[in-house]
Amino acid sequence: MFARLGQRLLTGSAVVLGVVILTFLLLHVAPGDPVRLMLGPTATAEQLAAQRRALDLDKPLPSQFASWVGRFARGDWGTSIAKGHPVRAVLGAAWPATVRLVALSLLLSYLLGLAVGVVQAARSGSRTDTLLSVTSVTLFAIPGYWLGLMLVLVFTYWARLLPAFGAAGFDSDFLTGGAFVADRLRHLILPLATLTVIGIGGAARFVRGAMLDTLHQPFITTARAKGLAQRRVIGRHALRNALTPIVVLLGLSLPALFSGAVFVEAVFAWPGVGRVLVEAVQARDYPVVMAATAVSAVLVVAGNMLADLLAAWLDPRVRSAAA
Amino acid sequence: MTRLLRDRRGAFGAIVLLSVVLCAAAAPLVTSGAPAAQRDIVATRFVAPLSSDAHGVFHPIGTDRFGRDVWTRLVYGARISMGVGVLSVLVSLLLGIAIGAVAGYWQGPISLTLLGLTDFALSLPRVVLLLLLAALWQPSTALVVSVLGLTGWMGIARLVHGEVRTLAARPFVEGAVAVGGRRLRVLARHILPNALTPVIVAAALGLGNAITLEAGLSYLGLGVQPPTPSWGNMMASGRDTLVNAPWVAIAPGVALVLVVIACALLGDALRDQLDPSVRSVAS
Repeated sequence: MFARLGQRLLTGSAVVLGVVILTFLLLHVAPGDPVRLMLGPTATAEQLAAQRRALDLDKPLPSQFASWVGRFARGDWGTSIAKGHPVRAVLGAAWPATVRLVALSLLLSYLLGLAVGVVQAARSGSRTDTLLSVTSVTLFAIPGYWLGLMLVLVFTYWARLLPAFGAAGFDSDFLTGGAFVADRLRHLILPLATLTVIGIGGAARFVRGAMLDTLHQPFITTARAKGLAQRRVIGRHALRNALTPIVVLLGLSLPALFSGAVFVEAVFAWPGVGRVLVEAVQARDYPVVMAATAVSAVLVVAGNMLADLLAAWLDPRVRSAAA
Repeated sequence: MTRLLRDRRGAFGAIVLLSVVLCAAAAPLVTSGAPAAQRDIVATRFVAPLSSDAHGVFHPIGTDRFGRDVWTRLVYGARISMGVGVLSVLVSLLLGIAIGAVAGYWQGPISLTLLGLTDFALSLPRVVLLLLLAALWQPSTALVVSVLGLTGWMGIARLVHGEVRTLAARPFVEGAVAVGGRRLRVLARHILPNALTPVIVAAALGLGNAITLEAGLSYLGLGVQPPTPSWGNMMASGRDTLVNAPWVAIAPGVALVLVVIACALLGDALRDQLDPSVRSVAS
């Protein structure tokens, strides 16, 4: 178990380092001068050169990269060119919102997807199965940004029930107790629903497939031959064994979920890493882009690792082999 | 092929994709022919679906805020969206097949490096990479194609790698090597044609994915630039007039969802046909 953890930590760090190097190189290959953008069209050549020196942009690439990594490790992530705030403060304020949104929707969509997928596999080939399959393929096919728009259209413009953007109302600083919580929840509903509804489709498809694979194993035939009730065969024998591939897929679906969150955050102005990234990319705010990419890579890698360890722990063979 | 069409999912997918492609190809015949045409904005903007504007011109899905016919833009947008999707999937296919085949056939350091690269690229959040690439260079249709192609090859490379490895150990390949076939020729003539079936399934699913992502990038203003219509930038412009003219945002979304469903169902049907072990289970 610990050897596995160590190995995963190592490959995880390699991926994060790779992402950072890649981002760094891309930013320098791409056209567009951050210093010119920063100082505006009226800047003189001397001013540009001075600013470049101040930001270490005049040094050779490897030394720029080394000094960036050094500062990053010390916690000095630079200053946002567009906003003037320290990058760490910008991202520090953003990542909890993303984790909250992604974790909740992952939980909800997998619970619902599990229920739908198990029902489908138990009644494979029936009319219910076909109906649910059509529904889950449809949900799977809907892009998040469009579903978000449609929900805004229905619940904000037509029904006038829910707010369409942000994580809190303008007056949230003055709310207390129940009213504060209610305000936060009302803002959470639409983005969370969007991300969850899309997730259910994929999750249900995975679960149905994994359950069907398990249901064709010989031990299920044995369980049936013993005369066990369908409910017990499905719940105790099939589901438990199908759970391992499902948890692994849960980890593998994290990058996709995070990608979905980027669009959903952009649609609902949800103050998370995704929106920070989109805005920074549009403003060529290099320090923020670098840090946001690194943070999202860390989030995805950490989530993948968690799922992998959880899957290993769920499988008694792996658990006992390590103990 | 007939068996594929007898599968209801396959038939649905094929019919939807075929009609979208036909409409897109025959765009000037089925529409007014001018997706960017604006005339007399005040009299023709925000015309509701299934009604005629002040000049008596009929608009099946209404007009947008510039008085442009939404149906015409939808069909011309299909040209862009489908074109970008197909081209980027082709790029991914070429890259994925090349990398997977080399990694599967030449064991050793090359294979390890390529596999490491694939796993690395697979664990990146694709959209983060897309945003980065799309925003660093000037947004354009060509950029979207290359960016989508460059970020979509990993799954295919893995599939091809697995197939090539198993095939390389099969007797007919050993036979081809034994009669003196050069390695590259053996790979291209004997192994790859047999490894391509699962790749076709992955390509069908990848097409839906690429179309969704293209629309997403265009929606954020980082993809196909207006006034060229693409389903993504149509949704973006519909977002601004959601209250006055919801149909502008609804129509491209429905089209997109239909196409993606068609790709997914066609992919499913294909997979079930190619894999006899699942065929008995499939409804």
